[in-house]
Amino acid sequence: MKKELLIFFLLLSGITAQASAVDPGKEEPMDAFGLIMEHISDSHQWHVIDYTNRRGYPVHINVPLPVILWHNNSLWFYTSGDFYHGNHPLPLGDDYVILRDEHFFITGQEGVLKTDEAGNIINASPLDFSITKNVASMLMSMALLLLIFLSAGKAYARYGMAPPKGFRGVLEPIILFVRDDVARSQISKDKADKFVPFLLTLFFFIWINNMIGIVPFFPGGSNLSGNISFTATLAVFSFLVINVFAVKDYWKHIFLAPGMPFLIRFLLVPLEFIGILTKPFALMVRLFANITAGHIIILSLISIIFIIKSIYIAPVSILLSLVMFMLELLVAVLQAYIFTLLTALFIGMSTTKSEH
Amino acid sequence: MEAISFTAVGLGLIVLGAGIGIGKIGQAALEAMSRQPEMSSKIQTVMIVAAALIEGVSLFAIVVAWLVD
Repeated sequence: MKKELLIFFLLLSGITAQASAVDPGKEEPMDAFGLIMEHISDSHQWHVIDYTNRRGYPVHINVPLPVILWHNNSLWFYTSGDFYHGNHPLPLGDDYVILRDEHFFITGQEGVLKTDEAGNIINASPLDFSITKNVASMLMSMALLLLIFLSAGKAYARYGMAPPKGFRGVLEPIILFVRDDVARSQISKDKADKFVPFLLTLFFFIWINNMIGIVPFFPGGSNLSGNISFTATLAVFSFLVINVFAVKDYWKHIFLAPGMPFLIRFLLVPLEFIGILTKPFALMVRLFANITAGHIIILSLISIIFIIKSIYIAPVSILLSLVMFMLELLVAVLQAYIFTLLTALFIGMSTTKSEH
Repeated sequence: MEAISFTAVGLGLIVLGAGIGIGKIGQAALEAMSRQPEMSSKIQTVMIVAAALIEGVSLFAIVVAWLVD
Protein backbone atom coordinates (compact mmCIF):
# COMPACT_ATOMS: atom_id res chain seq x y z
CA MET A 1 0.00 0.00 0.00
CA LYS A 2 2.89 2.34 0.78
CA LYS A 3 4.25 1.87 -2.71
CA GLU A 4 0.93 2.83 -4.31
CA LEU A 5 0.72 5.94 -2.17
CA LEU A 6 4.24 6.89 -3.16
CA ILE A 7 3.41 6.52 -6.85
CA PHE A 8 0.28 8.59 -6.36
CA PHE A 9 2.20 11.44 -4.72
CA LEU A 10 4.91 11.27 -7.36
CA LEU A 11 2.15 11.73 -9.93
CA LEU A 12 0.69 14.64 -8.01
CA SER A 13 4.08 16.33 -7.67
CA GLY A 14 4.20 16.65 -11.45
CA ILE A 15 1.01 18.72 -11.57
CA THR A 16 1.61 22.12 -13.04
CA ALA A 17 -0.38 25.19 -12.29
CA GLN A 18 -0.17 27.61 -15.16
CA ALA A 19 -1.63 31.09 -15.10
CA SER A 20 -2.39 32.16 -18.63
CA ALA A 21 -1.83 35.64 -19.93
CA VAL A 22 -5.45 36.52 -20.65
CA ASP A 23 -6.61 39.92 -19.39
CA PRO A 24 -8.25 39.56 -15.98
CA GLY A 25 -11.98 40.08 -15.84
CA LYS A 26 -12.44 39.68 -19.56
CA GLU A 27 -15.15 37.12 -20.24
CA GLU A 28 -14.93 34.98 -23.30
CA PRO A 29 -18.08 33.50 -24.81
CA MET A 30 -18.68 29.89 -23.87
CA ASP A 31 -17.50 27.44 -26.51
CA ALA A 32 -19.61 24.40 -25.61
CA PHE A 33 -18.74 22.45 -28.77
CA GLY A 34 -15.00 22.98 -28.27
CA LEU A 35 -15.25 22.00 -24.62
CA ILE A 36 -17.13 18.80 -25.39
CA MET A 37 -14.77 17.86 -28.22
CA GLU A 38 -11.77 18.51 -25.97
CA HIS A 39 -13.27 16.23 -23.35
CA ILE A 40 -14.15 13.29 -25.57
CA SER A 41 -10.88 13.30 -27.52
CA ASP A 42 -7.47 12.13 -26.35
CA SER A 43 -4.88 14.54 -24.97
CA HIS A 44 -1.18 14.60 -24.10
CA GLN A 45 -1.89 16.11 -20.70
CA TRP A 46 -4.47 15.26 -18.07
CA HIS A 47 -6.65 18.23 -17.32
CA VAL A 48 -7.57 18.55 -13.63
CA ILE A 49 -9.29 21.88 -13.00
CA ASP A 50 -9.51 25.49 -14.21
CA TYR A 51 -10.29 28.36 -11.90
CA THR A 52 -9.81 32.11 -11.58
CA ASN A 53 -7.37 33.12 -8.86
CA ARG A 54 -7.79 36.05 -6.48
CA ARG A 55 -6.10 38.47 -8.84
CA GLY A 56 -8.52 37.53 -11.56
CA TYR A 57 -6.20 35.42 -13.70
CA PRO A 58 -7.47 32.08 -14.98
CA VAL A 59 -5.35 29.16 -13.72
CA HIS A 60 -5.20 25.81 -15.53
CA ILE A 61 -4.07 22.80 -13.51
CA ASN A 62 -2.85 19.85 -15.57
CA VAL A 63 -0.94 16.64 -14.97
CA PRO A 64 1.82 16.43 -17.59
CA LEU A 65 2.23 13.01 -19.19
CA PRO A 66 5.29 11.41 -20.79
CA VAL A 67 5.72 12.03 -24.51
CA ILE A 68 7.55 9.29 -26.43
CA LEU A 69 8.44 9.98 -30.06
CA TRP A 70 10.13 7.76 -32.65
CA HIS A 71 12.17 9.69 -35.17
CA ASN A 72 15.19 8.73 -37.30
CA ASN A 73 15.41 5.26 -35.70
CA SER A 74 15.64 6.45 -32.14
CA LEU A 75 13.24 7.06 -29.27
CA TRP A 76 12.87 10.52 -27.69
CA PHE A 77 11.40 11.18 -24.28
CA TYR A 78 9.83 14.45 -23.15
CA THR A 79 7.32 15.61 -20.61
CA SER A 80 4.22 17.03 -22.24
CA GLY A 81 4.32 20.13 -20.03
CA ASP A 82 7.27 21.40 -22.10
CA PHE A 83 5.11 21.37 -25.23
CA TYR A 84 2.17 23.18 -23.67
CA HIS A 85 4.19 25.96 -21.98
CA GLY A 86 4.65 28.42 -24.78
CA ASN A 87 4.64 27.35 -28.38
CA HIS A 88 8.35 27.08 -29.13
CA PRO A 89 9.64 23.91 -30.83
CA LEU A 90 11.80 21.43 -28.91
CA PRO A 91 14.92 19.77 -30.38
CA LEU A 92 14.46 16.27 -31.80
CA GLY A 93 17.85 15.07 -33.06
CA ASP A 94 18.77 17.36 -35.93
CA ASP A 95 15.18 18.57 -36.31
CA TYR A 96 12.66 20.28 -34.07
CA VAL A 97 9.21 19.17 -33.00
CA ILE A 98 6.11 21.17 -32.12
CA LEU A 99 2.71 20.18 -30.73
CA ARG A 100 -0.29 21.60 -32.56
CA ASP A 101 -3.86 20.41 -31.80
CA GLU A 102 -2.58 17.24 -30.09
CA HIS A 103 -0.45 16.25 -33.12
CA PHE A 104 3.34 16.43 -33.29
CA PHE A 105 4.96 18.00 -36.36
CA ILE A 106 8.60 18.18 -37.38
CA THR A 107 9.67 21.74 -38.06
CA GLY A 108 12.77 23.88 -38.35
CA GLN A 109 14.19 25.84 -35.45
CA GLU A 110 11.63 28.63 -35.87
CA GLY A 111 8.71 26.23 -35.62
CA VAL A 112 7.06 27.36 -38.87
CA LEU A 113 4.29 25.07 -40.06
CA LYS A 114 3.57 24.79 -43.79
CA THR A 115 -0.03 24.42 -44.95
CA ASP A 116 -1.64 23.55 -48.29
CA GLU A 117 -4.51 25.50 -49.89
CA ALA A 118 -7.13 23.78 -47.74
CA GLY A 119 -5.29 24.79 -44.57
CA ASN A 120 -4.05 21.33 -43.66
CA ILE A 121 -0.58 21.14 -42.13
CA ILE A 122 1.77 19.27 -44.47
CA ASN A 123 4.79 18.95 -42.13
CA ALA A 124 5.96 15.41 -41.42
CA SER A 125 5.06 13.82 -38.09
CA PRO A 126 7.20 11.60 -35.87
CA LEU A 127 5.63 8.33 -34.69
CA ASP A 128 3.83 9.07 -31.45
CA PHE A 129 4.02 6.39 -28.72
CA SER A 130 3.15 8.79 -25.92
CA ILE A 131 1.40 7.83 -22.70
CA THR A 132 -1.61 9.99 -23.45
CA LYS A 133 -4.57 10.59 -21.16
CA ASN A 134 -6.37 7.51 -22.47
CA VAL A 135 -3.29 5.31 -22.14
CA ALA A 136 -2.68 6.52 -18.59
CA SER A 137 -6.32 5.85 -17.76
CA MET A 138 -6.07 2.37 -19.24
CA LEU A 139 -2.93 1.59 -17.23
CA MET A 140 -4.79 2.73 -14.13
CA SER A 141 -7.78 0.51 -14.85
CA MET A 142 -5.47 -2.44 -15.55
CA ALA A 143 -3.74 -1.90 -12.20
CA LEU A 144 -7.15 -1.71 -10.50
CA LEU A 145 -8.33 -4.93 -12.14
CA LEU A 146 -5.11 -6.74 -11.17
CA LEU A 147 -5.44 -5.48 -7.60
CA ILE A 148 -9.07 -6.63 -7.34
CA PHE A 149 -8.73 -10.00 -9.01
CA LEU A 150 -5.31 -11.03 -7.69
CA SER A 151 -6.50 -10.41 -4.13
CA ALA A 152 -9.71 -12.33 -4.85
CA GLY A 153 -7.71 -15.17 -6.39
CA LYS A 154 -5.40 -15.27 -3.40
CA ALA A 155 -8.41 -15.50 -1.10
CA TYR A 156 -9.79 -18.43 -3.10
CA ALA A 157 -6.44 -20.19 -2.89
CA ARG A 158 -6.42 -19.76 0.88
CA TYR A 159 -10.07 -20.41 1.80
CA GLY A 160 -11.06 -22.72 -1.01
CA MET A 161 -14.78 -23.07 -1.70
CA ALA A 162 -15.88 -21.60 1.64
CA PRO A 163 -18.67 -19.00 1.32
CA PRO A 164 -17.09 -15.81 -0.09
CA LYS A 165 -16.68 -12.86 2.24
CA GLY A 166 -16.27 -9.14 1.67
CA PHE A 167 -15.57 -7.93 -1.85
CA ARG A 168 -15.22 -11.51 -3.07
CA GLY A 169 -18.92 -11.92 -2.35
CA VAL A 170 -19.65 -9.19 -4.89
CA LEU A 171 -17.38 -10.64 -7.55
CA GLU A 172 -18.50 -14.24 -7.36
CA PRO A 173 -22.11 -13.79 -8.56
CA ILE A 174 -20.94 -11.59 -11.45
CA ILE A 175 -18.30 -14.10 -12.51
CA LEU A 176 -20.82 -16.93 -12.24
CA PHE A 177 -23.32 -14.88 -14.25
CA VAL A 178 -20.81 -14.45 -17.07
CA ARG A 179 -19.91 -18.14 -16.94
CA ASP A 180 -23.45 -19.56 -16.76
CA ASP A 181 -25.70 -17.04 -18.50
CA VAL A 182 -23.27 -15.73 -21.10
CA ALA A 183 -20.71 -18.42 -21.92
CA ARG A 184 -22.51 -21.69 -21.17
CA SER A 185 -25.87 -20.55 -22.53
CA GLN A 186 -24.44 -19.42 -25.90
CA ILE A 187 -21.52 -21.78 -26.52
CA SER A 188 -21.93 -25.57 -26.64
CA LYS A 189 -21.37 -27.21 -23.27
CA ASP A 190 -18.06 -28.95 -23.88
CA LYS A 191 -16.35 -25.86 -25.29
CA ALA A 192 -17.83 -23.04 -23.20
CA ASP A 193 -15.39 -23.14 -20.29
CA LYS A 194 -12.39 -22.64 -22.59
CA PHE A 195 -13.72 -19.18 -23.52
CA VAL A 196 -14.78 -18.07 -20.03
CA PRO A 197 -11.44 -16.37 -19.17
CA PHE A 198 -11.55 -14.31 -22.38
CA LEU A 199 -15.20 -13.33 -21.87
CA LEU A 200 -14.59 -12.42 -18.22
CA THR A 201 -11.62 -10.26 -19.20
CA LEU A 202 -13.69 -8.50 -21.86
CA PHE A 203 -16.60 -7.93 -19.49
CA PHE A 204 -14.63 -6.55 -16.55
CA PHE A 205 -12.19 -4.53 -18.67
CA ILE A 206 -15.00 -2.77 -20.55
CA TRP A 207 -17.06 -2.30 -17.42
CA ILE A 208 -14.29 -0.76 -15.32
CA ASN A 209 -13.26 1.57 -18.13
CA ASN A 210 -16.87 2.67 -18.64
CA MET A 211 -17.16 3.33 -14.91
CA ILE A 212 -13.89 5.28 -14.74
CA GLY A 213 -15.13 7.28 -17.72
CA ILE A 214 -18.21 8.56 -15.90
CA VAL A 215 -16.30 9.68 -12.78
CA PRO A 216 -16.45 13.44 -13.35
CA PHE A 217 -13.21 14.51 -11.57
CA PHE A 218 -9.48 14.00 -11.99
CA PRO A 219 -8.40 10.36 -11.95
CA GLY A 220 -11.51 9.53 -13.97
CA GLY A 221 -13.32 11.27 -16.74
CA SER A 222 -11.23 10.02 -19.64
CA ASN A 223 -13.33 8.91 -22.58
CA LEU A 224 -11.39 5.66 -23.03
CA SER A 225 -14.15 3.23 -23.94
CA GLY A 226 -15.59 5.97 -26.17
CA ASN A 227 -12.37 5.96 -28.16
CA ILE A 228 -12.61 4.22 -31.51
CA SER A 229 -9.07 2.77 -31.37
CA PHE A 230 -9.78 1.22 -27.98
CA THR A 231 -13.01 -0.43 -29.10
CA ALA A 232 -11.37 -1.42 -32.40
CA THR A 233 -8.63 -3.28 -30.51
CA LEU A 234 -11.20 -5.15 -28.44
CA ALA A 235 -13.17 -5.96 -31.60
CA VAL A 236 -9.99 -7.30 -33.27
CA PHE A 237 -9.47 -9.65 -30.33
CA SER A 238 -13.09 -10.80 -30.61
CA PHE A 239 -12.63 -11.26 -34.36
CA LEU A 240 -9.51 -13.39 -33.82
CA VAL A 241 -11.12 -15.55 -31.15
CA ILE A 242 -14.29 -16.05 -33.23
CA ASN A 243 -12.43 -17.08 -36.36
CA VAL A 244 -9.34 -18.88 -35.02
CA PHE A 245 -11.44 -21.34 -33.01
CA ALA A 246 -14.04 -21.78 -35.76
CA VAL A 247 -14.87 -25.34 -36.83
CA LYS A 248 -14.96 -26.64 -40.40
CA ASP A 249 -18.76 -26.41 -40.63
CA TYR A 250 -18.61 -22.66 -40.03
CA TRP A 251 -16.33 -22.05 -43.02
CA LYS A 252 -18.33 -24.51 -45.12
CA HIS A 253 -21.51 -22.54 -44.40
CA ILE A 254 -19.85 -19.31 -45.41
CA PHE A 255 -18.05 -20.37 -48.58
CA LEU A 256 -20.26 -23.17 -49.91
CA ALA A 257 -23.72 -22.28 -48.54
CA PRO A 258 -24.89 -25.91 -48.57
CA GLY A 259 -28.46 -26.69 -49.55
CA MET A 260 -28.89 -23.47 -51.53
CA PRO A 261 -29.74 -23.25 -55.24
CA PHE A 262 -26.68 -22.64 -57.39
CA LEU A 263 -27.49 -19.05 -58.36
CA ILE A 264 -28.44 -17.99 -54.83
CA ARG A 265 -24.95 -19.00 -53.73
CA PHE A 266 -23.45 -16.21 -55.82
CA LEU A 267 -25.49 -13.78 -53.76
CA LEU A 268 -25.08 -15.50 -50.42
CA VAL A 269 -21.36 -16.21 -50.29
CA PRO A 270 -20.21 -12.55 -50.59
CA LEU A 271 -22.84 -11.53 -48.04
CA GLU A 272 -21.70 -14.20 -45.59
CA PHE A 273 -18.10 -13.22 -46.19
CA ILE A 274 -18.84 -9.56 -45.43
CA GLY A 275 -20.70 -10.82 -42.37
CA ILE A 276 -17.40 -12.05 -40.87
CA LEU A 277 -16.17 -8.47 -40.83
CA THR A 278 -19.37 -6.63 -39.98
CA LYS A 279 -19.83 -8.57 -36.72
CA PRO A 280 -16.72 -7.16 -35.00
CA PHE A 281 -17.27 -3.82 -36.76
CA ALA A 282 -20.73 -3.55 -35.18
CA LEU A 283 -19.23 -4.43 -31.78
CA MET A 284 -16.68 -1.67 -32.23
CA VAL A 285 -19.14 1.03 -33.31
CA ARG A 286 -21.76 0.10 -30.70
CA LEU A 287 -19.47 0.52 -27.71
CA PHE A 288 -17.82 3.64 -29.14
CA ALA A 289 -21.07 5.39 -30.02
CA ASN A 290 -22.90 4.52 -26.80
CA ILE A 291 -20.19 5.73 -24.46
CA THR A 292 -19.33 8.83 -26.49
CA ALA A 293 -23.00 9.76 -26.78
CA GLY A 294 -23.40 9.44 -23.00
CA HIS A 295 -20.45 11.77 -22.38
CA ILE A 296 -21.73 14.30 -24.93
CA ILE A 297 -25.24 14.35 -23.44
CA ILE A 298 -24.01 14.91 -19.87
CA LEU A 299 -21.61 17.67 -20.94
CA SER A 300 -24.27 19.34 -23.07
CA LEU A 301 -26.70 19.40 -20.14
CA ILE A 302 -24.04 21.02 -17.93
CA SER A 303 -23.06 23.45 -20.71
CA ILE A 304 -26.65 24.76 -20.92
CA ILE A 305 -26.05 26.65 -17.66
CA PHE A 306 -23.10 28.52 -19.13
CA ILE A 307 -24.72 29.15 -22.48
CA ILE A 308 -27.91 30.63 -21.04
CA LYS A 309 -25.93 32.26 -18.17
CA SER A 310 -28.76 32.05 -15.72
CA ILE A 311 -28.67 30.53 -12.25
CA TYR A 312 -32.33 29.52 -12.54
CA ILE A 313 -31.59 26.96 -15.23
CA ALA A 314 -28.95 25.31 -13.02
CA PRO A 315 -31.27 23.12 -10.89
CA VAL A 316 -33.02 21.80 -14.00
CA SER A 317 -29.72 21.15 -15.73
CA ILE A 318 -28.13 19.46 -12.74
CA LEU A 319 -31.19 17.31 -12.11
CA LEU A 320 -31.26 16.21 -15.75
CA SER A 321 -27.54 15.44 -15.75
CA LEU A 322 -27.98 13.48 -12.50
CA VAL A 323 -30.61 11.38 -14.26
CA MET A 324 -28.21 10.92 -17.17
CA PHE A 325 -25.43 9.87 -14.79
CA MET A 326 -27.77 7.23 -13.36
CA LEU A 327 -28.59 6.05 -16.86
CA GLU A 328 -24.89 5.96 -17.72
CA LEU A 329 -24.25 3.67 -14.74
CA LEU A 330 -26.74 1.29 -16.32
CA VAL A 331 -25.32 1.78 -19.81
CA ALA A 332 -21.78 1.09 -18.51
CA VAL A 333 -22.71 -2.41 -17.35
CA LEU A 334 -25.20 -3.01 -20.17
CA GLN A 335 -22.67 -2.25 -22.92
CA ALA A 336 -20.05 -4.46 -21.25
CA TYR A 337 -22.70 -7.20 -21.07
CA ILE A 338 -23.81 -6.75 -24.68
CA PHE A 339 -20.23 -6.79 -25.97
CA THR A 340 -19.52 -9.98 -24.03
CA LEU A 341 -22.86 -11.60 -24.89
CA LEU A 342 -22.56 -10.94 -28.62
CA THR A 343 -18.95 -12.14 -28.63
CA ALA A 344 -20.11 -15.33 -26.89
CA LEU A 345 -22.96 -15.66 -29.37
CA PHE A 346 -20.62 -15.34 -32.36
CA ILE A 347 -18.14 -17.77 -30.78
CA GLY A 348 -21.03 -20.16 -30.23
CA MET A 349 -22.06 -19.82 -33.90
CA SER A 350 -18.55 -20.47 -35.15
CA THR A 351 -17.69 -23.39 -32.86
CA THR A 352 -20.91 -25.41 -33.13
CA LYS A 353 -20.98 -28.40 -35.44
CA SER A 354 -24.15 -28.29 -37.50
CA GLU A 355 -26.71 -31.06 -36.96
CA HIS A 356 -27.24 -32.12 -40.56
CA MET B 1 -33.35 30.85 -41.67
CA GLU B 2 -30.83 28.15 -42.38
CA ALA B 3 -31.41 25.60 -45.09
CA ILE B 4 -32.70 22.31 -43.75
CA SER B 5 -29.81 19.85 -43.49
CA PHE B 6 -30.63 16.49 -45.01
CA THR B 7 -28.28 14.89 -42.49
CA ALA B 8 -30.39 16.22 -39.64
CA VAL B 9 -33.58 14.90 -41.25
CA GLY B 10 -31.85 11.56 -41.81
CA LEU B 11 -30.72 11.40 -38.20
CA GLY B 12 -34.29 12.05 -37.11
CA LEU B 13 -35.52 9.21 -39.30
CA ILE B 14 -32.84 6.87 -37.92
CA VAL B 15 -33.88 7.64 -34.35
CA LEU B 16 -37.55 7.22 -35.30
CA GLY B 17 -36.93 3.81 -36.84
CA ALA B 18 -34.70 2.56 -34.06
CA GLY B 19 -37.17 3.82 -31.46
CA ILE B 20 -40.10 2.02 -33.07
CA GLY B 21 -38.03 -1.14 -33.47
CA ILE B 22 -36.74 -1.31 -29.91
CA GLY B 23 -40.16 -0.26 -28.60
CA LYS B 24 -41.81 -3.16 -30.36
CA ILE B 25 -39.21 -5.58 -28.98
CA GLY B 26 -39.85 -4.24 -25.49
CA GLN B 27 -43.60 -4.59 -25.97
CA ALA B 28 -43.31 -8.16 -27.20
CA ALA B 29 -40.93 -9.11 -24.39
CA LEU B 30 -43.19 -7.54 -21.78
CA GLU B 31 -46.23 -9.39 -23.08
CA ALA B 32 -44.36 -12.68 -23.26
CA MET B 33 -42.94 -12.24 -19.77
CA SER B 34 -46.30 -11.42 -18.24
CA ARG B 35 -47.77 -14.54 -19.84
CA GLN B 36 -44.88 -16.77 -18.84
CA PRO B 37 -42.99 -15.23 -15.95
CA GLU B 38 -40.86 -18.36 -15.55
CA MET B 39 -39.30 -17.69 -18.97
CA SER B 40 -38.31 -14.12 -18.05
CA SER B 41 -34.55 -14.59 -17.98
CA LYS B 42 -34.41 -16.31 -21.37
CA ILE B 43 -36.71 -13.73 -22.95
CA GLN B 44 -34.63 -10.93 -21.49
CA THR B 45 -31.43 -12.26 -23.10
CA VAL B 46 -33.06 -12.59 -26.51
CA MET B 47 -34.64 -9.15 -26.11
CA ILE B 48 -31.28 -7.53 -25.38
CA VAL B 49 -29.62 -9.27 -28.32
CA ALA B 50 -32.36 -8.14 -30.70
CA ALA B 51 -32.30 -4.59 -29.34
CA ALA B 52 -28.50 -4.53 -29.68
CA LEU B 53 -28.74 -5.61 -33.32
CA ILE B 54 -31.24 -2.83 -34.13
CA GLU B 55 -29.08 -0.39 -32.23
CA GLY B 56 -26.07 -1.56 -34.23
CA VAL B 57 -27.81 -0.80 -37.53
CA SER B 58 -28.96 2.62 -36.36
CA LEU B 59 -25.48 3.47 -35.08
CA PHE B 60 -24.04 2.47 -38.45
CA ALA B 61 -26.44 4.92 -40.04
CA ILE B 62 -25.56 7.66 -37.55
CA VAL B 63 -21.83 7.18 -38.13
CA VAL B 64 -22.33 7.24 -41.91
CA ALA B 65 -24.49 10.37 -41.63
CA TRP B 66 -21.81 11.95 -39.51
CA LEU B 67 -19.09 11.03 -42.02
CA VAL B 68 -20.89 12.31 -45.14
CA ASP B 69 -21.96 15.55 -43.45
